[in-house]
Amino acid sequence: MAISNRLTRLFSESDRKLLSIYFTAGFPGLQDAPLLCQLLEKNGVDLIEIGFPFSDSLVDGPTIQAANECALKNGMTLELLFKQLENIRSLVALPLVLMSCVNPLLSYGMQRFAADCSRVGLDGVIIPDLPPEYMEPYRGFFEERSLSTVFLVTSHTSPERIRMIDRLSSGFIYAVSSDATTGNYLEVGERQREFFRRLSEMRLTNPFLVGFGVSDAKSFERVSEYSRGAIIGSAFIRALSNQGGLEEKVQSFIGSLRSPKP
Amino acid sequence: MSYSGDENGFFGEFGGAYIPEMLQPNVLELRGHYLKIIESPDFQVEFKSLLRDYAGRPSSLYFAGRLSEQVGARVFLKREDLNHTGSHKINNTLGQILLAKRLGKRRIIAETGAGQHGVAAATVCALMGLECVVFMGALDCARQSPNVERMRMLGAEVREVRSGTQVLKDATNEAIRDWIAHPLDTHYIIGSTVGPHPYPDMVARFQSVISEELKQQLTEQIGRETPDYILACVGGGSNAMGSFYHYLDQPSVKLYGVEAAGEGLTSGRSAATLALGSKGVLHGSCIVLMQTRDGQVEEAHSASAGLDYPGVGPQHSYLCKSGRAKYVSVTDDEAFAAALQLTRIEGIIPALESAHALAYLGKLGAAANEVVVVILSGRGDKDMAAYLEYQKKQGG
Repeated sequence: MAISNRLTRLFSESDRKLLSIYFTAGFPGLQDAPLLCQLLEKNGVDLIEIGFPFSDSLVDGPTIQAANECALKNGMTLELLFKQLENIRSLVALPLVLMSCVNPLLSYGMQRFAADCSRVGLDGVIIPDLPPEYMEPYRGFFEERSLSTVFLVTSHTSPERIRMIDRLSSGFIYAVSSDATTGNYLEVGERQREFFRRLSEMRLTNPFLVGFGVSDAKSFERVSEYSRGAIIGSAFIRALSNQGGLEEKVQSFIGSLRSPKP
Repeated sequence: MSYSGDENGFFGEFGGAYIPEMLQPNVLELRGHYLKIIESPDFQVEFKSLLRDYAGRPSSLYFAGRLSEQVGARVFLKREDLNHTGSHKINNTLGQILLAKRLGKRRIIAETGAGQHGVAAATVCALMGLECVVFMGALDCARQSPNVERMRMLGAEVREVRSGTQVLKDATNEAIRDWIAHPLDTHYIIGSTVGPHPYPDMVARFQSVISEELKQQLTEQIGRETPDYILACVGGGSNAMGSFYHYLDQPSVKLYGVEAAGEGLTSGRSAATLALGSKGVLHGSCIVLMQTRDGQVEEAHSASAGLDYPGVGPQHSYLCKSGRAKYVSVTDDEAFAAALQLTRIEGIIPALESAHALAYLGKLGAAANEVVVVILSGRGDKDMAAYLEYQKKQGG
């Protein structure tokens, strides 16, 4: 699917290993999302995934579940998030992707959701519990607004299914590192390497980023050997849960992953 | 109109498999094999003999004379409470364990609310020598502790779930997350007609033995296979689906699902999903569910742990929308009173879940010559603490 946006340009123009950071909107503070985006950009992150919280996310481990719960308790809603992101494009130039379970989006209205993503200047969406087959009725809403749709693959996904997902994806493919929910410790073993190699050798249209269990400089480097980069979520959420100001927490966590852009 | 669902597990607009990619291999494997396996002669022979010799089926159909007098109709009780393990849940777990063995699985996970399904799952795992892990909300562990002990005695590991609201919904989340972490060696025995396709269809098939027997037993006892009414409690909806199953295409049979209104429909503490819910996606299926206007799942409330669920299976969502079945609700107090009434006039202590179906009898408006079948889905041993508490409150 040929779409051009900040996300697709990032992958075609950058040649370094890409660091994507996930955080839950509304956590730790209800209003923190825009500031977090700015701080992540300032500290050299390449891509940001803004997670919208859901009460019953099946893919998330305890860390992100707790952040979701906290964000919902703080009062996060989709309406509020779009209001917070109203001026985000005057503050942040990085590609921004919104990740959410499907139920809140159905409730909001998928077309309205796509329109609001586009209006505030987001570049794509990840809806992990909306399988590619079920995206069909909604695909046009995203495509016509140049919003990327990102899908997940795992080491158990069949080659035919990976090709199908590649055809429906734009931007990148989200390679799930291991058989676990988010936030588990990842051991990059032979099985992972074999999976990443297999993905690379398929010469897919879309590049892939590795996520789930990537938590520090070492695991980021290890999985980046086989991919265009990686996504870190739970470890960043844990860092945000520490004492201290947002600015220091972001700087020290991202700084521990790699040095900021010169 | 067909009520069996299409090949993708959709019942009208409800059902399907809204699952993350991590669950696709598990679900695709099941979907690819379940019909072939359960329709095979060797499966059927083994399943039927276990239902008969191990579970004690057919469960009896009992004409409740004194209850009939009080209600003013001919009331029959389908005695699922007399099954081994004390509820209808064993029908489904026997079916699924045979399926799991044929799929070569060596580990079983299950969720449970009241503990009835957990006990039934632990039982068949002991029977077949498979490892068993049961997820149960911490609040439910506390209010249904006898069942926790039974599961442990049967050799199952009971994992207390402390995430979310710590009840059935959260136990289901944790079971699904565990399944994501064990995609190859583990079979997830879902206890109700919920979850991604093929679960609602598969569980309904295993529970359909209830209505299959009903047809035969009614023929013997009243000379025709159709009652005028069937009344069953509905949480996720498995005993109701099993008892409706063979009557769906017979419109003369009026089907009633009774949900738990908790402290009342307008109290904010209720589990009457079909009265209060709207279309959404939970646990991998498009269903009617109780949610906020922002699409967050709401906390359900019922004194009965087995009905304390903010969703209802896709078949019931569809039967409700299409009007084929009618869904009503009764409060905690009405259910308690009905349980006590049955105990005193028939000598049967029902499960608090089943008491919801009994409690609607008086409101049904059946005529004196009409035949009403109430599904007594389980026995009340596990609810003794709640019943004693209720009687104390009543000063009795």
